[in-house]
Amino acid sequence: MTSPTSLPPGVTAAVLRVNGEDYPVVFPTHHTLLEVLREKCGLTGTKHGCELGECGACAVRVDGEAVLSCLKLAVEAQGCAVQTVEGLQNDNELHPLQRTFADFGAAQCGYCTPGILMVASALLDRNDDPDDAEIFEALSGNLCRCTGYHRIVTAVRWAGAMARGDDWRPPEEDFHGADSQAPLAERSG
Amino acid sequence: MVANPKVAALGRGLESEEEYRLIGTAFRRVDGRAKVTGQTQFADDLNFPRMAYVKLVRSTVPHARIRNIDLSAALAMDGVLGTLVGTELPDKFGILPVSEDEHALAVDTVRFVGDPVAAVAAVSEDIAHEAALAVKVEYELLPTISSFDEALKTPEPQMHDYADDGNIHKKVSLKFGDVEEGFEEADVILEDTCYFEGNTHLAMEQHSAVGVPEDEGRVTVYSSTQTPHYVHRALTKVLGLPASRIRVVACSNGGGFGGKSDPFNHEMVVAKLALKLGRPCKVTLTREEVFYCHRGRHPVLMHLRTGFTKDGSITSQHLRTALDGGAFGSYGVASTYYTGALQTTTYRIPNYWFEGARAFTNKPPCGPKRGHGTPQPRFAFEVHLDKAAHHLGIDPAELRLRNLQPPDSVTANWLRIGSIELGECIEAVVRGSVWKERYGKLPEGRGLGLACGAYLCGAGLPIYWNHMPQSGVQIKLDRSGCVAVFCGETEIGQGSDSVLAAIVAEVLGIELEDIRLCVGDTDLTPVDLGSYSSRVTMMVGHAAMQAAERARDTIARAVAAQLEVPETELVFADRRVFPAGDPDSGIDFSAAVVAAEARFGTLGTTGSYIPPRAPGRYRGAGVGPSPTYSYSAAVVEVEVDPQTGVYDCRHVWMAHDIGQAINPVLALGQIEGSIYMGLGEAMMEEQVFRRLPRRLSSALVHKMPSLLEYKSPGFHDMPRMTSYMIESRDERAPMGAKEVGQGPLLPIMPAVANAIFDAVGVRVDQVPATPELILKALEARARGRPARVGPTRFPKVDYGAPVEVPTPEQGGDGRAKHDPKHRGLRSASGTMKDREDALKERRSATLTTA
Repeated sequence: MTSPTSLPPGVTAAVLRVNGEDYPVVFPTHHTLLEVLREKCGLTGTKHGCELGECGACAVRVDGEAVLSCLKLAVEAQGCAVQTVEGLQNDNELHPLQRTFADFGAAQCGYCTPGILMVASALLDRNDDPDDAEIFEALSGNLCRCTGYHRIVTAVRWAGAMARGDDWRPPEEDFHGADSQAPLAERSG
Repeated sequence: MVANPKVAALGRGLESEEEYRLIGTAFRRVDGRAKVTGQTQFADDLNFPRMAYVKLVRSTVPHARIRNIDLSAALAMDGVLGTLVGTELPDKFGILPVSEDEHALAVDTVRFVGDPVAAVAAVSEDIAHEAALAVKVEYELLPTISSFDEALKTPEPQMHDYADDGNIHKKVSLKFGDVEEGFEEADVILEDTCYFEGNTHLAMEQHSAVGVPEDEGRVTVYSSTQTPHYVHRALTKVLGLPASRIRVVACSNGGGFGGKSDPFNHEMVVAKLALKLGRPCKVTLTREEVFYCHRGRHPVLMHLRTGFTKDGSITSQHLRTALDGGAFGSYGVASTYYTGALQTTTYRIPNYWFEGARAFTNKPPCGPKRGHGTPQPRFAFEVHLDKAAHHLGIDPAELRLRNLQPPDSVTANWLRIGSIELGECIEAVVRGSVWKERYGKLPEGRGLGLACGAYLCGAGLPIYWNHMPQSGVQIKLDRSGCVAVFCGETEIGQGSDSVLAAIVAEVLGIELEDIRLCVGDTDLTPVDLGSYSSRVTMMVGHAAMQAAERARDTIARAVAAQLEVPETELVFADRRVFPAGDPDSGIDFSAAVVAAEARFGTLGTTGSYIPPRAPGRYRGAGVGPSPTYSYSAAVVEVEVDPQTGVYDCRHVWMAHDIGQAINPVLALGQIEGSIYMGLGEAMMEEQVFRRLPRRLSSALVHKMPSLLEYKSPGFHDMPRMTSYMIESRDERAPMGAKEVGQGPLLPIMPAVANAIFDAVGVRVDQVPATPELILKALEARARGRPARVGPTRFPKVDYGAPVEVPTPEQGGDGRAKHDPKHRGLRSASGTMKDREDALKERRSATLTTA
């Protein structure tokens, strides 16, 4: 590898550990982890919606914790284990979150999805049976303009159940709509 | 019936009572896996060798003539590859042929803070950014217009010389039936003035485009666009190249909501720079720049006057609208018409007068956002109806049920209504919310509000006049059994790819995995006009059905010959083709394709769709027609703190007349997303501006061009949602499926305002209904003033003489009483060239008389 002294000022050479693989990269020292992941590592699954820490689209995991990659310099990620959405699946098998998001309409345009998946996976790793309030709290930094959030919350719960081996699944009305003819007594509670 | 009852037998088509095999099931969307693994390629995910990065230099002043652009410092920077200014692309473009008023880069005038002036390309984004900052632009400031009122008062200087009247871009007056007589028949006449603030799409993906030079002077533009075909047309005009040398590829959009349906400056710029520099050029907008692209919801002031009989029947309505259009035409002419066109689709209005006007202002251009021009008057109408119900002592749900527009009817303004299940929708949310027991009876601070809406299933007319299909699909089949489907449609997250694939799979009796899609590519796919006006399921769906049915018929002929059975007895299901009642004697689908390929040679079919002609023949009748309409009804429950005005939305019941859900999970997702976006508009979202002090140029600047300060709902803000899909197939729609992407947004804003009234007894005639406004209304009531907040006056607008059109009930033929041409009014349609020629004529006439 190039000796750092031969690099022009303001440029850093580093090896980033991403999804269990080493990425030797040379990048402007002021570049964020988001920029280096997308532009130098070729991992474009991580998205940007503001690059100011406002939308959560760029969330990745660093040493297990969900962080906004637009607010973290790449140089700070040296020596850390970075995980992006590309590293979520196990070989060709989808992570339970990926399955439930794809099946349950929790991803529409899919642009906020990678960031939400990474935050949700960090949540499920520390609590595989979160209630709605805990999911709201964990994902409160992520914006989605398509779904209205309901399917995201339910998909996280569903994935948690899968991970626990519980056969809970979302209620039928989430798949086919509520019964518009159901007698009042059943729904007035 | 046959062995598998859920199959479509040949010759019978897919009838309205047919049970479908795939349609209506909750399948994983076809792009689902790519979207959860990071494989979906959005425009900014594309990278090419030697790619240059482009930044736009944007105006820092709201209205000015450009005196000089000094590029020297930028060009001297190491790593800068080139620049572009407006004079290099002098031809104007714009989405509507009647308002092609945009330059790729401003040529002599800037019209809002953020208007692009120049572009720089560099080897890195950092250098491009530095170079853009180094471009020096000298401006000669012009007076600015910040509102509709100011535009009325400031006819000169004109922002665009093609405007109808000074800085009033467009004026419309359409009168259907005998409006005055209708008011005379009324027992009660109500008047309301309402305001709907502008707001923006806020798609999570920032716009991005890459121009790539190809061999022989060709160029490809990859873009986050909802309308590749219209971008293609604009590029053809601006680059001055034959359309055959330009290819536009629409990448998956990271959300659109209407915000990516105009051709944009940055798309023109990267195409030109790619050709100029001979290397790929990419531009990705910052979030702040996305706020300047805008094309979002028009701020609209509305005045509504409606006559009712004692039993609640509507006798007449007069609606006036005033739209703040921003600096360019965009879709504004259509938006103006849309603030009046769909008022008649829900309830029977026998006599109707609509007057609308759109002003040019020095702000980012407004355009189409989810519901395009219709949510604002729908808000006014549904709040108005709530007040009428109180006034007349009729339950608000009952008042609406009494006025329902009948199915298979023609409205006073000549819209042909298809199926309508609005009554079912109202009854579903009334039952679900236990409305009859709870409305008006909840404790102080809690309340229920009801409202309805309707929307197009595709705009009946294309953006530019032509007789060609509005959607086309091609299918290629071969011995592999893989069915390749080509269509210009654009996936913006709504699930259009899944709709296309599911319809083809349903007809051919195969699985989604057997289908390969190629979409949104102007070189490779037949034209589809784009993802706007909720047209995709209707139009792409029809074209896909036709192409698939033709493929099925061809295969059936070959299989019938091979199996020696009549074609009409063959069934396509479970990846097999077999005689009805005898699945075992059939053959696999791929073997059936082999038989057809052997018999007929290389296989390919096409399908097209053109909507039926609408009955209206008056000028302006082109906006509003649709093959059929979707309907929605909502009840919203709120809890308001009367001390602070802060409120929570606790529960939303939404029923949508969808015809047939293609995929119920995706359809419910559209309903829930509409509820969410509607609540954002109802409660908090606003695209607003302020004037800087004089010492800072008096510029009109965006108050909050960031995701943090532009408030939109988060996870914590969402209520419980109960969604009902009222499925009653519409024979005008493919598989009976109507739209679901936009309609369910419409009832939310008025339902919230009506619920606030039920909760605390004050009217908020304004969107967004912020806690501050509620508090203001509560304080007004405490001081003995009307318990209301909202606009109190409507400006005096000269809308011009109305085009008077007799209604169907009056025995009209869809035409105006008098052809406006005879009165010297200029055409609202026609091309920009017609308009410019007319202007020249008018000018020379003025000169002559002077």
